[in-house]
This record gives sequence, structure tokens and C-alpha cells, in this order.
Amino acid sequence: MIWAGVLVGSAACYLLKLAGLSLPQRWLQDARIQRTVPLIPIALLAALVATQTFATGQHLVLDVRAAALGVALIAVLLRAPFLVVVASAAATAALLRLL
Amino acid sequence: MGLSLLMFTGASQFALVGVIGSGGSVWAGVATATLLGLRNALYGLRLSDLLNIHGARRLAAAHFVLDETTAMTIARNSERARRLAFWATGLALFTLWNLGTLIGALATHALPNPRVLGLDAAPPAAFLALLAPRLRAREPLAIALAAGVIALVCLPFVPAGIPLLIVALLVAGFGLLRKTK
Repeated sequence: MIWAGVLVGSAACYLLKLAGLSLPQRWLQDARIQRTVPLIPIALLAALVATQTFATGQHLVLDVRAAALGVALIAVLLRAPFLVVVASAAATAALLRLL
Repeated sequence: MGLSLLMFTGASQFALVGVIGSGGSVWAGVATATLLGLRNALYGLRLSDLLNIHGARRLAAAHFVLDETTAMTIARNSERARRLAFWATGLALFTLWNLGTLIGALATHALPNPRVLGLDAAPPAAFLALLAPRLRAREPLAIALAAGVIALVCLPFVPAGIPLLIVALLVAGFGLLRKTK
């Protein structure tokens, strides 16, 4: 079941890339589409940040992950590299759980 | 591992794993990953002009259409330099990305409970790092904040993974219906 999802999702992502390279330019050049498509990853990534930090299953929770996200935010504002951002969040959660 | 070889677009991969890992259905994960992959179609549009690739090569090139390759390619001035930048960036990323995945897959067996290492706090930080460069103006920042709040408000009432799809539909509607200046 998971593998079916992996295959379908991979095919969909590949076809989107190919479509961009192959479709006639004007199909995707509509101004509204050009403005809208970049907004979708912004909204989805923000929603992923929120749901993976402040929820477990279908319950809203406030735990050490919130503090970890705060540290990650500081790292991002300081323009730290990707791995430093991720590692600082994980380290914060691990340390707070030790206390 | 298959995910890195086949899907090869980081944000979509993380989203698919994230949605399934937090209890969502596989198909909610697939839908989220696909929506995140939409932007690659727009990159492809830019690149098809710049690279001028046809035939079987285009089928291979499509796999490498990504944030990184697009950024490296559009910064070059001649078609030759652009093609070199595109293929070099694509091949280097593909090799290292999958090598990293392999190491990760082998290492999981050696790890204790991921919560002890704080690994459950890693995905949101990764998403935040992917998101941050897209927020350099007021409107995207407002959209991101609204999306986060809406997802949390929906979350207790719908199955896992669905809040993401609600947010995606809302933002698509917002983008399409908004008055053009």
C-alpha cells in the first residue's frame, strides 16, 4: 500500500516536471497561474510546520517541539545552513527531554 | 530509498513521509507531495526555453528539474553554460542525495528510540528551512501564517493529512480569484 503510494506520487511529481518542459509555453503562462502556483508550496510547508509541531495525531499539544521550532527559527533568521537548522531543533528537543 | 531515486524532489518526499508518519492515509500523503511538486512544472517552463533540450534527453532532464538546478541554470548567460550547469548540478545532487538516503536507511537500525534524539522535532525544522527563503515579502509571510493557523484549526475535526489539502485548496482559490492589479 505504501509502495503503491510511493510509485503513484513519484510518477505524478515526474510528470509535472516533464509537463513543464514539454507543454506549449502559453498553456502555463496565464498570469493567474504564474502567481498562484508559487503560493501553494508556501501554504503547504507552513501547514506542515504547524501540524508537525503543535499536534500529535488529531490532538493539539504543546510540548518540547515548540521550543525546538523556536530554536530552528532563530537559526533560520541567522541564515544558518539547512543541516544546522535541523540539528539544532533536534538537539533542543533531546536536551529538554533529558531534563 | 526508492522514494529518493524515484521522486527526487525533497519537499515532496518529506511531506509524503510526514503525512503517513503522523497517521494520515497514504493517499493524503500522495496528494500533498504532488501539490508540492506543482512548482517544478513552472521551473520546467523556464528551463525549456533556456536549455532547448529535445527527445530522449528531455525525458532524463525532466527528472532533474528542481529548485537547485533551476537556480544554477538561470544564473548562466550562454546556452552552453546553462546546459553544463543544469546537468552538473542535477547529477551531483542526484548522486549525493541518494547516497545520503542510503546512509540514513542503514543507520536507522543502529538508532535508539527517535524521540530520545529529538528526531521528531527535525521534520518541522526542515520544513521551516525550506519555507524561509520563500517568505521575503509581506504577502507570502501572511499566507504562511494563515496556512499554519487554518491547518491547526481543522486538525481535530478531519482525518490526518486532510488539513494540508484544505489549506492547498484555499490558497489556490485565493490566488486564482484575487483581483489583478
